[in-house]
Amino acid sequence: MTRDSKRLFDPVMLLALAAVAGAVVRILWFTPLEATQGAAQKIYYIHVPAAMSAYLALGVVAVTSVVYLWLRDERADRLAESAAEVALLFTTVVLTTGPFWAKPIWGAWWTWDARLSLTLFLWFVTAAYLVLRGAVDDASMRARYSAVLGVLAALLVPFIHLSVYLFRTMHPMPIVLKPSAPSLPGEMLTTFTLSSLAFLLFCSALVRARYRAVPPIGGARG
Amino acid sequence: MSRKAPSLVAAAWIVARKDLAVELRTRSAFLSVVVFALLSLAIFYFAWDSTAVSALDLAPGVLWVTFTFAGLLGLHRSFGLEMQDRAIDSLLVAPVEREAIYLGKALANIVFVGAVLLVALPALVLFYNLPAWAAFAALAPIALLAAIGLVAVGTLFSSMAVNTRLAELLLPMLSLPFFVPIVMASAQASTRLLSGRPMAEVMPWMKVLLAFDLVFVVACTVAFPYTLEE
Repeated sequence: MTRDSKRLFDPVMLLALAAVAGAVVRILWFTPLEATQGAAQKIYYIHVPAAMSAYLALGVVAVTSVVYLWLRDERADRLAESAAEVALLFTTVVLTTGPFWAKPIWGAWWTWDARLSLTLFLWFVTAAYLVLRGAVDDASMRARYSAVLGVLAALLVPFIHLSVYLFRTMHPMPIVLKPSAPSLPGEMLTTFTLSSLAFLLFCSALVRARYRAVPPIGGARG
Repeated sequence: MSRKAPSLVAAAWIVARKDLAVELRTRSAFLSVVVFALLSLAIFYFAWDSTAVSALDLAPGVLWVTFTFAGLLGLHRSFGLEMQDRAIDSLLVAPVEREAIYLGKALANIVFVGAVLLVALPALVLFYNLPAWAAFAALAPIALLAAIGLVAVGTLFSSMAVNTRLAELLLPMLSLPFFVPIVMASAQASTRLLSGRPMAEVMPWMKVLLAFDLVFVVACTVAFPYTLEE
């Protein structure tokens, strides 16, 4: 256990935790309140970076799944598993922080808006991916099954996105990552950028720690 | 017998015929799935206030949800069947391509869910007082497209789920997220067709269904050999 915790809290993880803590301090005390939305808008600095981290981790799952089916390298499988667990964590953060913003601003905890629906279904797919992994004992079969699911899920995303978009959308449109220049005021943009970098670093540190914690093939799992 | 190994399509047909022969002789799955579908159509009617929501608005949603769950019941049987006495092993040593096994299984499943729909559609028209011919004309092409997508994904996941510790519990968890675009597109397209909306409102949903079928029939056929033991 001590060996594990030493592995978990290595310099990369400590740096990532410090970055997230710094970002939270800046969000709470050193960023102005938004004029119309007030304090609720501050969730944005957690919600959107968490979503970016979730998509990054899910992207890693998709890519490592393809790599596994191609090269049959068990490291790709371990990386996919690590990234999927972290993706589930960040998707859960996105789905739980969203309603706290939506209730005061939209007047409803939840709506079946395109982005909400897509994120929810991504959460279901990620959960299914991890349950599937847990239900297969043979290591090579587990790797093949989950890689197949990972690839198919990547193909599914555009379809869910398209259908929920055709259904309806009311989510705020991107204000930073969009074709024209960001429309967030300077101080807020700085906070957002710092928070995004902190979250992406934290996400990578978690994936790295999880990857290192899994013994190579055939070892005991827990 | 010194016959040549059959071509992909011929081999797929042989596998499909085998599955359908098993089903025709036992009829165990078909009867229970049909009864499940009829029960579900009937129960859903009482889940809404029929004075607030008209049966015409309700019917398409009920049909596609029922269709999806009934499909899952049938799909599980597809590879569950092969686990008895490890029948899958003799299928795997047969001189046919792995893709042919998948396509054959999928073909048998299409026939299976098609047969369920042949009973469920008239029952829907009867229970929900739909205009019969308009309903058949609107729902049959959507049903065909929906069934292809559902079976393409479901057959693949069925072959995976039977080898896991959770077996039939895992199949819905794996499949349902993939059925989301199918259910949504089918329900939206059929609601609009039944209420006489212009085709321009229906076509985007039909295109989603068609694209889903194309992508997942190809992807699942390619992916299937990876799910088999080597």
